[in-house]
Amino acid sequence: MNPAPGAATRLPTQASLDRRALRAKRARVMKRIGVIALIVLVLLIMLFPFYWMILTSLRNQVANTSPVPVWIFEPTFENYRNVIAENDFLRFTWNSFVIASLSTLIGLVLGLPAAYSIARYKQHGLALAILIARLTPYITYLVPWYIAFRSLRLIDTYLALTMTHLIVGMPLIIWIMISFFEEVPIELEQAAYVDGASKLGTFLRIVLPLSMPGVVAASILAFIFSWNQFLFSLVLSGPNTKPVPVAVFNFISYGSIDFGGLGAAAVLITLPVVVLTLLIQRYIVSGLTMGAVKG
Amino acid sequence: MPLVKRAMEVFDRHAPLLFPLPALIAIVLLIVGPVVANFVISTYGWSIGRPPAFIGLDNFAEALSGRRFWNGIRATLYFTGLAVPIQVALGLGIAVLFHRNFPGKGLVRTVMLLPMVATPVAIALIWALMFDPSLGVLNYFLETVGLPRSLWVADSSIVVPSLVMVDVWQWTPMVALILLAALQGVPQEFYEAAEIDGASGMQAFRFITLPTIRGAIVVALILRSIDALKTFDLIYVITAGGPGTASETLNVYAFKAGFEFFRAGYAASLLIFLLFLVLGIAMFLNLLRSRVR
Repeated sequence: MNPAPGAATRLPTQASLDRRALRAKRARVMKRIGVIALIVLVLLIMLFPFYWMILTSLRNQVANTSPVPVWIFEPTFENYRNVIAENDFLRFTWNSFVIASLSTLIGLVLGLPAAYSIARYKQHGLALAILIARLTPYITYLVPWYIAFRSLRLIDTYLALTMTHLIVGMPLIIWIMISFFEEVPIELEQAAYVDGASKLGTFLRIVLPLSMPGVVAASILAFIFSWNQFLFSLVLSGPNTKPVPVAVFNFISYGSIDFGGLGAAAVLITLPVVVLTLLIQRYIVSGLTMGAVKG
Repeated sequence: MPLVKRAMEVFDRHAPLLFPLPALIAIVLLIVGPVVANFVISTYGWSIGRPPAFIGLDNFAEALSGRRFWNGIRATLYFTGLAVPIQVALGLGIAVLFHRNFPGKGLVRTVMLLPMVATPVAIALIWALMFDPSLGVLNYFLETVGLPRSLWVADSSIVVPSLVMVDVWQWTPMVALILLAALQGVPQEFYEAAEIDGASGMQAFRFITLPTIRGAIVVALILRSIDALKTFDLIYVITAGGPGTASETLNVYAFKAGFEFFRAGYAASLLIFLLFLVLGIAMFLNLLRSRVR
């Protein structure tokens, strides 16, 4: 069918069609480039402090105190050697490790049955109590605990630090595990009861093994939180039990600022956390939001 | 053997109580007990090392009539009020930006986790180095783009915004991940239908995206507000409340009252104010949440 004679002039020619398609394509490409540039920018900002941390740890004091940042240099491991050799860093790391492991372990023993109970018997009141614990500023616990530990002469003991770190870890473990236990089919448990298993046996031999991925995730998160804990350790630790975050904090409070040493110490504390995070990335957000977001 | 069996029977009968009992005892001992004790301590003139004396509500009266308490309230609300809206706005932007397929998406999600899991003391120290007025890299960046140098956390008029910058860096990724999870729940057909109807990208965002993830936005708002009000590590390590008391939030002030001036009773009263502030704001935001649902 032929177009009306008047309309012919308004119809686009093949060339203008091509041009328009080209322009649209170019706009799409430009938008794509813009989006990727923005994504890269966001990532650069997120990563920069880590990059700077590593850079600082590998530069000598002269390069670190240069008014113009030194970007290219010959890396030195002197800072790491100094931090580890001169500052008892291994002892502090051991302290952190002991406290985090103990509080995670006790948190699991106490928290797992409770989480199971909340999931199975719908004990929402208990869940609410744990949520309130999440709302309360940690220092609120610290004032009475400090007075109690002082009069019991328990300041600077693993016991005091483990117990207070439990305040952080146990609610976290309970909260994460509730949703894992809820997913275990109740029919499996009923089958076990029919076979004559006790409730405790069913929990230990059937429910718990099925929820192992959750247990691992919850343990690692509780460990990370204890490892990162600063406030309780700052007040309740001492020469015998000082964990890494407090040691590093004291590192800046006393004496001259050794930039490279600080950087090295910061890298050394953060490294284990990053490794653990990579193992359980799916559960980090759900842990930090107390289950408000599923992983 | 029959003894074990009998014990199991007894356990089974009381399972709903016995399963959570150990945790319950721990919660009462570790959490509820101290909170209650805090209320008692707050009514005492209790300087650690001296015998306590009951003084009723004097600690609260002292707080309310002191300039430093109100400064603490100001700093707390300033910090939270500035940090949280920025985190939610930027988090929303980043979530929308990252809610598409691009190479390395999985890796990006991993990178986003790093700021929130890294040890806060380490993070605070590195930022303190970057803030340094003469040697810090941030001033170098400012000069590179032609802006005047800044004193950052050493300037009492911009110390709070500077600290907010660190908090925003640390927690915006979490907000973004929460919202990203919510965005995945928005059905793709909605957007296709909107495109057929000729809606612009902005309109699709305004009328489809926002309403569906409104709930998640409020959740992020609540979670971040609770934690921002309680921020301690970051502020204490970088400025310890300074310069002067410019960044001394209620939390930091209470810590100093308790563990630097050793006035447990007064610190306890400050913490009760803080507790009610957190509870009040959490309840208000929760009300908002039931409203938007």
